[in-house]
Parts: sequence; structure tokens; C-alpha cells
Amino acid sequence: MAENKITLEMVKHVARLAHLQLSDVEQERLRADMDQMLGYVDKLNELDTSKVPPTAQVGEAGTPMRPDEVSNPSAQEAMLANAPAAERGYFKVPKIIE
Amino acid sequence: MSSGLNRLTIAEASARLHRREFSALELTRACLARIEAVEPQLNAFITVSEKEANEQAVEADRRIAAGDAPALCGIPLGIKDIYNTCGVRTTCASRILENFISPYDATAIAKLRADGAVFVGKANMDEFAMGSSTENSAFGPTKNPYDLERVSGGSSGGSAAAVAAHQCLGALGTDTGGSIREPASFCGVVGIKPTYSRVSRFGVIAYASSLDQVGPFTKSVRDAAIMLRTLAGIDRLDSTCSARPVPDYEKALRGEVKGLRVGVPKEYFIDGMAPEVESAVRAALKQYQALGASVHEISLPHASYAIAAYYLIATAEASANLARYDGIRYGLRVDAEDHNSLYDLTRALGFGTEVKRRIMLGTFALSAGYYDAYYLKAQKVRTLIRRDFENAFETCDVIATPVAPTTAFKIGEKMDDPLTMYLSDIFTISVNLAGLPGMSIPCGYDSNGLPIGMQLIGPPFSEEMILRAGDAYERSGAFTRREPAI
Repeated sequence: MAENKITLEMVKHVARLAHLQLSDVEQERLRADMDQMLGYVDKLNELDTSKVPPTAQVGEAGTPMRPDEVSNPSAQEAMLANAPAAERGYFKVPKIIE
Repeated sequence: MSSGLNRLTIAEASARLHRREFSALELTRACLARIEAVEPQLNAFITVSEKEANEQAVEADRRIAAGDAPALCGIPLGIKDIYNTCGVRTTCASRILENFISPYDATAIAKLRADGAVFVGKANMDEFAMGSSTENSAFGPTKNPYDLERVSGGSSGGSAAAVAAHQCLGALGTDTGGSIREPASFCGVVGIKPTYSRVSRFGVIAYASSLDQVGPFTKSVRDAAIMLRTLAGIDRLDSTCSARPVPDYEKALRGEVKGLRVGVPKEYFIDGMAPEVESAVRAALKQYQALGASVHEISLPHASYAIAAYYLIATAEASANLARYDGIRYGLRVDAEDHNSLYDLTRALGFGTEVKRRIMLGTFALSAGYYDAYYLKAQKVRTLIRRDFENAFETCDVIATPVAPTTAFKIGEKMDDPLTMYLSDIFTISVNLAGLPGMSIPCGYDSNGLPIGMQLIGPPFSEEMILRAGDAYERSGAFTRREPAI
């Protein structure tokens, strides 16, 4: 396994995907942490999994269906009560389209 | 005389409430007084809901007086601050939800509420359940009731410490990689992670959805059976929740384990395990033999790959689950000129170090070009780990292991080395990957007087069996229980 698989450029790219603004100190720290973790998880490559199916879920097979019936009363006011900014029943956000 | 009521088990308190020896209000006040007395040292709660608790207790007393109240009616419980609890602040120990008031109840909360349980407060935890020590809380660490310089375990450390310190009679936690079992072990209480899908997760703030499970902390195995009986069962609001009927778990506690085949995985007795932990678990195995069970060695060949697989799967799922915290509909918002900066700045300020670390790792593992090498590979190894258990259960009924390689470590000891911290969960993580039920029960103390836990693992939906096995050991009085120093 190669040393320094993770570059600072990769950290910046992933941070953009994850919508996280990181300071220079955080970027370098995360680069080192991710490098250490990815070095550790490399041990999975000791195993030949070419004939092994992946496990995505361990619950019982199938997803049950049910009619989509409204069972709770409208809670618009309660939902908007936690909004950082709301106006006339809407969530308020910065202007998106010029 | 109401002093010491908070020290009762749920089973004892329930019987005495129904005999009208004391009221739910007196019991609740005893817990609230204990919370007030020890919280400055312990920090087990983020929010104490005294007013609501007293109201619930008054209502519980009314129901008990009317007769026919359920076992949990009037019982004061602590609730991990990951459960949406209507009208009460739910922070998930994060700055990003610091002022969030839940507009609804999680199903687990609704079920406890329907039984008449009393909620004394919202328990401290690692932020978004990411951690093994409760040091990642935005509200400071929860101390261990047996030694205030040590961690309570995590992520459900507040719930475990609160039960150990008699601030409540039982508590709710969640377990994604050991977050119920490891703190239960560190704090000397019982903690069970049921089979994946046994209990609804609706309204539980999601960390890693293919692993997360709800479960109780209690002072005895019987109390765990009582709480699980209420919590388990189908829920139309959680499509992953099993439709299997819920047995009366308390009835399964027959007190005997004759003929039970206990398997001990040879891979779990590793270098780096504290010798006192190993000898306590070995002594517990001898006790099982004395009780008529047989003990033999088994093998889980892929055990050493569990942590690597877990940290790819859990972080990948977390990166998706935590995308919702964007400062738009609820939670913290840092205002900015444009929406992208608003997201980036809100999340930068709202999330702590460990949460950012896991979001970054998970986002990387799912990103273009790396998905097959990391996420898919981990899911394939998950299959191998699951098969290990399936094979093992052909020759044994229950698997017994230590819960963690050590007892509670010092606060700060592992904070600078994430990988060492992750290794605290080496014996618990594979159980989540395989979706099995696992329970931590106290089995002794080390020379510093710190509790040691034994883990009992069963096949899917074998909760009755592992509860029976745990209860039989507990009743046998194999060691003398000690109260925490606090």
C-alpha cells in the first residue's frame, strides 16, 4: 500500500462534494486521518471476494407496501417553528436564480 | 419514606407502584433529586425535563389507581438525545441541532409513552452517535460513575451512566457498532442491541441505516426483557421493521441453561486484551458450565476484517444521512450570500471533528472511481462476516465474548488517534454487520474497581434465548455487584 494515497487536492474535492468548508489546518488533519484509515482498510484486499455477493441489508427480505394514507394532522406550523427563516408558510432561503 | 426509590429495578418498582407502596410522583422526584445531586460531576444529560416528567408521573399515578396499568407505567427513564421526543429539545449532541424542538415522537418514544413511562431527560451521547466514549458530544463528555476521570463509553454513554448512577431506572440507547453494549460494559449495567429490524427506528436520528438499532439499558436482564417487550414490533412508519410477533420476553426467563451450547470464538481472545477482562469472561464461562451449559471453542475466521468493513459502510451511509443538515428547514444556519456558501459554512460550524471525519471518509468511499474498491468491497466482506456467524450457529446456541478489550479508559486518552478509538468496538461491530442480537451483562470488576462486561450473541430473533442465558448467569450470583463511587 502506497504512502500518502490521499492528497490535499483530493481532500478539497471531497469537501466540496460533502458541502464542508474546511480550514487549512482541518484539511491537513483530515488528509492524514483519511490516509491512515484507508491504509488500515486496505487489509480487506487480503480477501478474495470475486465470487462473494455484497450484503446491503440484513433485515428480512422484501419491502412491504401499504396504501399511502394520511394518518397525521397537518403540522405546518410545528414544522416551520424550527426553520431558521420562514415567511408566509414557506422556508426562506437566499436568492438562487439571478 | 421515598429516599432510595431511584435505586430500585424496574421490576421491583413496578410491583411496588401497583401495590401503592409509593407513587410514581415520589419515584420520579427521587430520580430528579439524584439527577440534581450528581449531574455537576457526571454530565449524563443534555436536557432534564423536570416539568414534563412530573406531569407524566401524575398521569401515571392516575392510571395505576384506575388499575390495569402496564409494567412501565410510572417508571422514570432516560432517553438518548437521538430520539425525537415531541415538544422537547433533541440535539443529537450536535451544535447543528442545538435548538431543535422535536415536532413529533419517535415510535419507540410513542410506545413507551403509551405505556405511561416517565421521561426524566435527554441523555448525552457522541455527536450523531459517532464515537465510543461520549467525548465527541458538543455538550462535554459524560464521566464514568465508577471513576470520574474515565469515559462512560459511547456513543450512548449518557444513558449507561444515568442508569448506573441511579438517575433513572432504565434508559434508551442506540447501537450501530457497539454504542449500547460498550457503554453498558464500561458502566456495569445491562444493555441489549436487538436483532436488526426487531424495533422500529422511525424518529431515531439516522447514522448508518443498515446497522442502526434501538435498545434499552437496565440494571437487570429482567428489566431489559420488560422494556424490549414494549419496544419491539411492527411499525407502519418503518418499512425495515419486522412483522414477526413479539414474544413475552419476561416469560422466557426460566432461570436455567441446562444443555445450552455456548460457543467461544478463538479469534476474540487477542493480543491487547486486558488480562483481567479475559479472566473475568473465562470465569463467567466456567459459571455457565457449573449451571449445566456446555462451552466449546468456535471460529469466526473473518473477525479481524470487521472494523475495516464497518468504517467504510457506516461512514458511507452517514455521509448520505447527514446530507439533510443544510441549514434550510431546521437547525443551525450560517447566513451567506449564496446557497452553496450557506450550506458549506453551516455544516462547517455545526458539525464537530469526528462527524466531519466520517462524512469525509464516507463521501470519499462513495465517490466516482472509488466505489468498487471501497464500498462494494466492504459489502462483500460483510457477507463473509455474516456467513461466519451462520456457520458458528450450526454448532452452538449462543456465542459468549468480552464486550470490549479493556475496561473504561481515561478521558482524553484516545482522542488524538481515531483508529485506536475505533478498535474499542472490535468485538461488537461484527454483530451489527451480521444484524444479530447482542447483549452486554456485567461479569466482574478489574483491580481498579471498573466494571467488565460479557457479550452474549445469538442468531436472528433469538432475544428470548440470550435474555434467558443472561438472566440465569445474573441470578447465579457469580460475583458481588458493587455500587459506583458517585
